[in-house]
Amino acid sequence: MNSSPIDTLYPRFLPLGDSALTVEIGDRIDGKLVAAVADLDARIAAKIDAGRMKGIVEAVPTYRSLTLIFDPEVVSRCALQRQVAALLSAPPRRVSRKGDCWRLPVCYDPGYGSDLERIAGERGLSPDGIVALHAGRTYTVYMIGFLPGFPYMGDVAEELRLPRLTEPRVRVPAGSVAIAGQQTAVYPAESPGGWNIIGRCPLPLFEPRRPQPALLSPGDRVTFEPVTVKRYEALAAAGRNNGLDLRQFVTRGVTR
Amino acid sequence: MTSRLIVTHPGPFTTVQDLGRRGFRRYGVPVSGALHPDLARIANALADNGEDAPLLEFCRSGPTLRAAGKAVRVACTGDVEIVLTRNGRRALLCPWRTVTLEEGDLLRLGMVFTGRAGYLAVSGGLALEKIMGSGSTCLLGRDKSLGGLLLRKGQVLSVGRPNPPAGPERYLPRPPGRDGYGGPDPGCGPDDPVAIRVIPGPQVDRFTDETLAGFYTGVFTVTRDAGRTGSRLAGPRLLHRKDLPPEIVSDAMVPGAIQVPGNGAPIVMLADGPTVGGYPKIAAVASVDLPRFASLEEGRRVRFHAVTAEKGADLLLERRRHLATQIASIAPLTLVGDRVDLTPLFGTAQSRRTTNDTREQPTP
Repeated sequence: MNSSPIDTLYPRFLPLGDSALTVEIGDRIDGKLVAAVADLDARIAAKIDAGRMKGIVEAVPTYRSLTLIFDPEVVSRCALQRQVAALLSAPPRRVSRKGDCWRLPVCYDPGYGSDLERIAGERGLSPDGIVALHAGRTYTVYMIGFLPGFPYMGDVAEELRLPRLTEPRVRVPAGSVAIAGQQTAVYPAESPGGWNIIGRCPLPLFEPRRPQPALLSPGDRVTFEPVTVKRYEALAAAGRNNGLDLRQFVTRGVTR
Repeated sequence: MTSRLIVTHPGPFTTVQDLGRRGFRRYGVPVSGALHPDLARIANALADNGEDAPLLEFCRSGPTLRAAGKAVRVACTGDVEIVLTRNGRRALLCPWRTVTLEEGDLLRLGMVFTGRAGYLAVSGGLALEKIMGSGSTCLLGRDKSLGGLLLRKGQVLSVGRPNPPAGPERYLPRPPGRDGYGGPDPGCGPDDPVAIRVIPGPQVDRFTDETLAGFYTGVFTVTRDAGRTGSRLAGPRLLHRKDLPPEIVSDAMVPGAIQVPGNGAPIVMLADGPTVGGYPKIAAVASVDLPRFASLEEGRRVRFHAVTAEKGADLLLERRRHLATQIASIAPLTLVGDRVDLTPLFGTAQSRRTTNDTREQPTP
């Protein structure tokens, strides 16, 4: 796709105020762009660690861009842009980390998946059919954002690609498993939200005291395993009491 | 013996904040921290704390605190009514100074007269577990917070490093002008639009030329108190280009970023705002003006002025130098002739102005 005319526009440097610079790699949801962002993120982290890039407060990777938040007292936007441009012109190094494979238990009971029956009706499928479509594939974590630990994952089966709710909910319960367009996610905490809710996951997706507070990272693979209400309740209770060994749900370092 | 402050009245919205939580946006964690970092820095400087010490941020009006244990020194910044009750006697105090509370003293922080927030720093800081490197409060859902503390009645705040307050009280001789924290611009009235400088945003190409022109000539009104997440504005409808959807593939946001959803009404992100967003960003508030913008109450009007990112950076550095000079000017309260100079100690023009009002005040 590198030869398509649109891609010649990228990368672009976009100002985000006076103390942040967005390096836009593309404008689509595409695993290749996510990998390119991760590559640039890793290169910059290495330069910072080596003391060869200064003034960067933090870097924020997204689907398709890397935003650098910087202190203009230490580095000017122009100087930062030149340093990033030099990194971008070097060939990719494939430095991206090995992702983990997660098997997330989900209870698709309509008591938890409040939109499940509506979606089934709209799509002419049974609720079980919806569950089979959602749980029947492996998703990639594209980015973490919006809320602490909120994973943006894709890609959802064509038949399940739905618009967001026209009237977002004021309160979506923590653990809600949701779909919107080609994306799926799990709400780590209660929040307002406009995605379609189809189930609930009992695992704590965000725990600030963990060395890596977000359970999932960009590049991880995720499958959803349907569980009964009883199993959900048992796992949720264990999670509340910190009695849940999360290692049973993951295979480490298996994907690139 | 420790020093403690007992919350007898929490105020409508009082949280513990510091200068924010950095390095975790990649996990979806907002920066949080004081809405007006300069007022927080001055309060901590008066209290002889490091600039990042956790302190109380209160919106609209403040908490009432009873001192217990060893004496503790506090400092308040903002245009705030402060009433100290000691042994049944009441005194109206000025902000921008320290006061040393003795066991049994009742400190009532009343109305915030200008802007949305005031700050109370405690010498020695507040004893509080840092979460992800910060004592700031980021509210999640109804009753969970990531770090920090949302003040509730009956809570006991412990002082981090209780030190016997040494030397005379301290004060800031020339407090910042009210236009710096939510008052009208110099020479303007409260209904005149406040001038806010912005840097054109990453998705300006998603808007029509008419929209961009209207963004810089129109007047926008802060529609409701949005807390610490974002501020919604009403004004000229900002239309997206018709040949492109009014959404983007989500990318990063920062506090100050101005998102325009499909309804054409802009939202300015604040300290607790989400880390990514899917609506085009027409501009971002210059860092130098973000604390002023965040201080504006519901109903206040603004007009946006474009500056370059370089100009924004210059203005920010100039502001930092000015703040350093202000902090360096903090002085001990001294004797003038044979008597204490009372003017910086007790309520004067700014806060006295409204003390005869009959408006309802939260009472302890």
